[in-house]
Amino acid sequence: MKLTRRDLLALGTGSFAMASLSALPAFASLADDAIAALTGGAELGEGAISLTAPEIAENGNTVPIGVDAPGAVEVTLYADGNPTPNVATFKFGPLSASRSASTRIRLASTQNVIAVAKMEDGSFQMAKANVKVTIGGCGG
Amino acid sequence: MQARLWVTSAAIAIFGSVASAQDASNLMIDGVPMVTEIAAPSHMENVDTIYSGWRFRAPETQALEMDDFDNPAFVFVEQAEEIWATEDGSQGKACASCHSIEDFAGLRATLPRVEDGKLVTLEDLINKSRVEHMGAEPWKWSSGSMTAMTALIGLQSRGMPMNVAIDGDAAAHWEAGKELYYQRVGQLDMACSNCHEDNYGVMIRADHLSQGQINGFPTYRLKNAKLNSIHGRFKGCMSNIRATPYAEGSEEFKALELYIASRGQGLSVETPSVRN
Amino acid sequence: MASGVKPRVKVPKTAAAGDTITIKTLISHKMESGQRKDADGNTIPRSIINRFVAEFNGQSVIDVALEPAISTNPYFQFDAVVPESGEFKFTWYDDDGSVYETAKKISVS
Repeated sequence: MKLTRRDLLALGTGSFAMASLSALPAFASLADDAIAALTGGAELGEGAISLTAPEIAENGNTVPIGVDAPGAVEVTLYADGNPTPNVATFKFGPLSASRSASTRIRLASTQNVIAVAKMEDGSFQMAKANVKVTIGGCGG
Repeated sequence: MQARLWVTSAAIAIFGSVASAQDASNLMIDGVPMVTEIAAPSHMENVDTIYSGWRFRAPETQALEMDDFDNPAFVFVEQAEEIWATEDGSQGKACASCHSIEDFAGLRATLPRVEDGKLVTLEDLINKSRVEHMGAEPWKWSSGSMTAMTALIGLQSRGMPMNVAIDGDAAAHWEAGKELYYQRVGQLDMACSNCHEDNYGVMIRADHLSQGQINGFPTYRLKNAKLNSIHGRFKGCMSNIRATPYAEGSEEFKALELYIASRGQGLSVETPSVRN
Repeated sequence: MASGVKPRVKVPKTAAAGDTITIKTLISHKMESGQRKDADGNTIPRSIINRFVAEFNGQSVIDVALEPAISTNPYFQFDAVVPESGEFKFTWYDDDGSVYETAKKISVS
């Protein structure tokens, strides 16, 4: 394939971006820290809870998210690319039926939404979904 | 021409495949079906079928409009119901003093319309009553109160087909609006038609371009989490192409509103809709 | 008290004892995140609903701690088991100290 000027520019920008990003703390670690604070470093199981999120968010301002955590006492949602990773914590009371909840959240950019559930037996479960957040062409 | 058709059908194919959990073509609001697709009116030479803006949105956004509780616009409709019942102005009257809200069924579907030679919109009619009958201050065109009230009144026509008059007294206004629609303006030198007639269905960056119909206004936009008026949206569009927008409530925007409403002839009123 | 803050809830009017019902709640609130800047470049301070509680006849259904990442006009959908007739109480707590409440009765056969 002939290297066009556009390709060269893209390559150049890409490597510059890579270089500058490696100097910054990765955003994912803010969420990791927050999760570790919640779990005390305990292992995160997977497969017992589910997170529903769109693949592509039509608008980062209002992204519908659902979490279903049978057997959970509480569920915390994180967004690993947001300025602050905590989104919400749901504590289920004795009259909660299915330990599930839906809400609408703000996502600043393409990132992972992470749900961490504290189960009745004290263990932790995790579910993750990647949501692409786009910039509209014609916001008005 | 061929390339554009290919892009359009590719975009529509991609769009069609995204809708999985629900049918992306059929809008039922609380069980009532809406017309979101119909043959274009005869005065539109370049378009065969017209589609509601609902059809161009992602499934999650579409779902928000299908239930009157999930639809965030309704908290503002409820605010309008409170305003409706509240006295305002020197005459000590509320809207409720003279009107019952059901009286307005069908009104929004026929607006804007000509009264005494002038084109009037729903905002004009509301402010006329406020000033002349209630002795109250007129509301700003896109204020929270006005958009909530146009949503409440527009809701009374939900499900009814858009049906504005474009002949007789309206003809001159309609022609003026049509000319505005096709006029290139701004630093980007674009007309409404360049996006909404020539390229609907295509992606502009990550936005799925609609036909620019107004059957769902005022609309709750996810972008600013509030109700948006028709003229407010026109202003935004003109700003996007770096043109100096006309003023909300201006003769230009009213004429444009009439013309664009006529391009939606037959689509169901969806007020208050949910859009990007 | 932030202006224009209005709660809205959807609860079925009747249910059978032991039924699971779906509850939807919304409150109109700007949820100023603390990330935005005004025209002069000053950060607009955070001002959000920080907690939402749903109770039935004094027992907890759900207790949500909200952060600025919850969208404007916070919306929650969740379910509840209804053992008997009674009243759901919904409470929202604002950063500015305001408390918004609404209640819905349900009759259980």
